[in-house]
Amino acid sequence: MSVKQVKLTVVVIILAFFAFFALAPFFFMLVSSFKPGDQIIKNGISARLDLDIMTFKNYKTLFTERNGIYLYWYKNSVLITTIQTAVAVFLSSLVGYGLAVYDFKGKNILFVLVLILMMVPIEILILPLYKLSITLKIIDTYAGVMLPFIVPPVAVFFFRQFAVGLPMELIDAARIDGASEFGIFFKIMMPLMKPAFGAMIILQAMFSWNAFVWPLIVLRSNENFTLPIGLASLITPYGNSYDMLFSGAVISVVPIIILFMFKQNSFISGLTVGGVKG
Amino acid sequence: MKSIKNFYQKFINSKKVAPYIFVSPFIIVFLVFYLYPIISTIIMSFQEIGFGEAEFIGLENYKKLFNVHYKNALLTSTNYTFWTILILVPLPILLAVLLNSDKTKFKNFFRSAIFMPALTSVIVAGMFFRYAFGEQASTLANSLIGLLGIGPITWLQDSIPAMIALVILCVWRWLGVNIIYFLSGLQGIPDAIYEAADIDGANSWDKFKYITIPSLKPVIIYVITISVFGGYKMFAESYAYWQTATPNDIGMTIVSYIYQTGFNNFNMGFASAIGITLLLIVLVVNLIQLNLFGLFKKED
Repeated sequence: MSVKQVKLTVVVIILAFFAFFALAPFFFMLVSSFKPGDQIIKNGISARLDLDIMTFKNYKTLFTERNGIYLYWYKNSVLITTIQTAVAVFLSSLVGYGLAVYDFKGKNILFVLVLILMMVPIEILILPLYKLSITLKIIDTYAGVMLPFIVPPVAVFFFRQFAVGLPMELIDAARIDGASEFGIFFKIMMPLMKPAFGAMIILQAMFSWNAFVWPLIVLRSNENFTLPIGLASLITPYGNSYDMLFSGAVISVVPIIILFMFKQNSFISGLTVGGVKG
Repeated sequence: MKSIKNFYQKFINSKKVAPYIFVSPFIIVFLVFYLYPIISTIIMSFQEIGFGEAEFIGLENYKKLFNVHYKNALLTSTNYTFWTILILVPLPILLAVLLNSDKTKFKNFFRSAIFMPALTSVIVAGMFFRYAFGEQASTLANSLIGLLGIGPITWLQDSIPAMIALVILCVWRWLGVNIIYFLSGLQGIPDAIYEAADIDGANSWDKFKYITIPSLKPVIIYVITISVFGGYKMFAESYAYWQTATPNDIGMTIVSYIYQTGFNNFNMGFASAIGITLLLIVLVVNLIQLNLFGLFKKED
């Protein structure tokens, strides 16, 4: 082997090591999902497969345990993710477009505000937001989970960066033809912003599906939980639904992995939003 | 009726008004869900809040910050931030350079595989690591260190192993994302620069040091910035490992402390004061990073 080949092999070995580190937990989660839950709680996750104790029972309990509570969580997650993604992406496209296309008083202040809020972690505001949710009577509701995140600054920033590159001549031409400002947005510009919508829909969907801190605080009753909150509620020393722990976790990850398989590039361009500063 | 409708349509469609309608969702959300809560936290931080009534107590809540729990929380969050940055900047740069080379085999597979953990929620990932870091000799973590001849560790009950467990969980979920950031940075470096360096007889290390790293500087600053925020706001990871109560404050971060104080002990005033300190940390970091990006110079 030449020096060059040795180098290339070393590179592949290094990358393979990290790919293994990344993928192994998925394998063990899958294996654990077939083992009795109390076993996992008592003994932890071990390197042994223990094929003899593996069973499909855990997946059946997802439908039966506590009147199918897991299905409630799944339904809540699907609905919240769908509604929140649709509304958040639509509203942030409006704002991002407005910031990119028009000149108006206060525009620069708003844009700096977007940049700053992109970085403010909501975790800081959980207490006052909780009080506010009680006042607004949205505690323990879908609206409560969604409203504070209905115009995510990251998405606004992404749409703004994208819309700056749109052909402004089209807007002027449409105005001469008598199109209204909103007509221009809906009929001409929105179709041109399709790639940005693709990336943001995926980013938002992933964000909503996995959201934890705020839903943990705003959701109070068991049947209103989303998947992450529901799964977290199973990890207690006094629990009796341990069988659902890993089968539930596996089934909750599956949709995102499938989406990732088909839409890898949208995931990646969505995530690199902030990396390319304009 | 028709004229009212006409006027209305002309009004919202005028070039003066339409922009504000476009940006109004952001303004509303900012006022209601950011500005109002920030102001109300500031007010609450000077209050003693009982059931239904609030009483101004001046700086009492801030004086209470000088206690051992706050110190522990601040230390945990700072340590966590420090270690995650120390690992999650150099390592992904190295892997991104390897993945960016045309000669590397299977790079799409490797990139996707290393990215996959980012798709999981903290809770799902945390559940796996919580039980993989179990204290029994047979758990994954203890079997692995067993191979190195180290005896079983009670990972989540001692502060140093607990920090290792937290950092590993973070590295597992974020390595692939940071690689993507650095890859996009690398792809922005023109090949011509490397070719010129080749002509000047530069070796790989020189090229890495004098071309790659300086060109990646904006991405490095960005990644460090989001890591500082990610580090100081960390809560879900700690929750997945220990829920809200830990022996000797192990794994208790600033946000965990806010949660405990506010939601377990119902001491909203003190919890707000803790929140304000976190807000200040975030603001300072934010200003530094916006400055590094030269934002204030451009905006005039």
